[in-house]
Amino acid sequence: MLTLRFVPYHEIEYLSSARRIHKLLDIVKENKIVLLEGRLTKEEEADLIEITMENIDDTFKGIELAVVNPDRKQDNVFRKMKAGMMGMILGNRTGLTVVGPATVVSEIKKNPNKIELYTVPEKKKKKR
Amino acid sequence: MGFIQKLINKLLKNLFRKKKHLKLGLYGPPNGGKTTLANKICQDWLGEDMGSVSNVAHETREIQIKEQINIKNDDGKELSFNLVDTPGIATKIDYEEFLKSGMKEKEAKIRAKEATKGVIDSIKWLDEMDTVIVVLDSTIDPYSQVNITIIGNLQARDIPLLIIANKVDLKKSNIKKVQSAFPQYEVIGISAKYGNNVNQFYNALFKYAA
Repeated sequence: MLTLRFVPYHEIEYLSSARRIHKLLDIVKENKIVLLEGRLTKEEEADLIEITMENIDDTFKGIELAVVNPDRKQDNVFRKMKAGMMGMILGNRTGLTVVGPATVVSEIKKNPNKIELYTVPEKKKKKR
Repeated sequence: MGFIQKLINKLLKNLFRKKKHLKLGLYGPPNGGKTTLANKICQDWLGEDMGSVSNVAHETREIQIKEQINIKNDDGKELSFNLVDTPGIATKIDYEEFLKSGMKEKEAKIRAKEATKGVIDSIKWLDEMDTVIVVLDSTIDPYSQVNITIIGNLQARDIPLLIIANKVDLKKSNIKKVQSAFPQYEVIGISAKYGNNVNQFYNALFKYAA
């Protein structure tokens, strides 16, 4: 059974980068898939990979990560400015970040309109 | 990082860039062909290899540096740099994957441990780079979060970057897909293994690293 855990942006909004990452990783290490409202900064994404590597052992094999952003290429200047202003006021709330344990999620494929999440077959999971 | 901080960093970087050898980093996911490209560069300009290559992922698990490589472009201009080959960046490493290639469990676990350290080192070294070549396997979907995170972090640090769509000698290679994934960057298709189009790559280096 897959467990998805939704994390609203306000739950991480006032946390330091390190605490944000540990919060997400703690959930993932419980074999749950995190659906985070919004996204981390690019530097936090790199930190997430780094801290994930520090945590890898015989049972925790790492993560699968995907960030989906609204496609703003088609927006006119006014809409882009509006989105920029909203981002400054509300933080990185737009988009969705998916983080899953590598022992549960084998691959996340995305294109502008959809996310496909492939899970590790049950037999392989039991073997682990 | 604020605008003023970025501006100061850029000015300082440009000030010192003239006085030392440039650090040219090879970054990308595992098995993209970073070390194959590093070997090609070193063979072409130094007549020696840089590191060992393998089909098994995470063959390069330590940062490798080849100092003072001097290259010439078609116009006769020279460029000197230190080449930094980095371990592939990944979000997961499973020692059991290495068992499939015939390794013993103990060896596979050691390789996995070294690989995790390699990823950490690669990320830490990002700040040290003056210019980065992102080496992607053009037969694989380029929209992976690792690629996006690497490129996003270089952009956030104002580090010039060039994208190499490697393995164009393979049937499945799709340079256009790499270009459409990262339209704001120059993408050059090469085969580091067979040397296809490497001259275009050397000429492009002068734009980003000179």
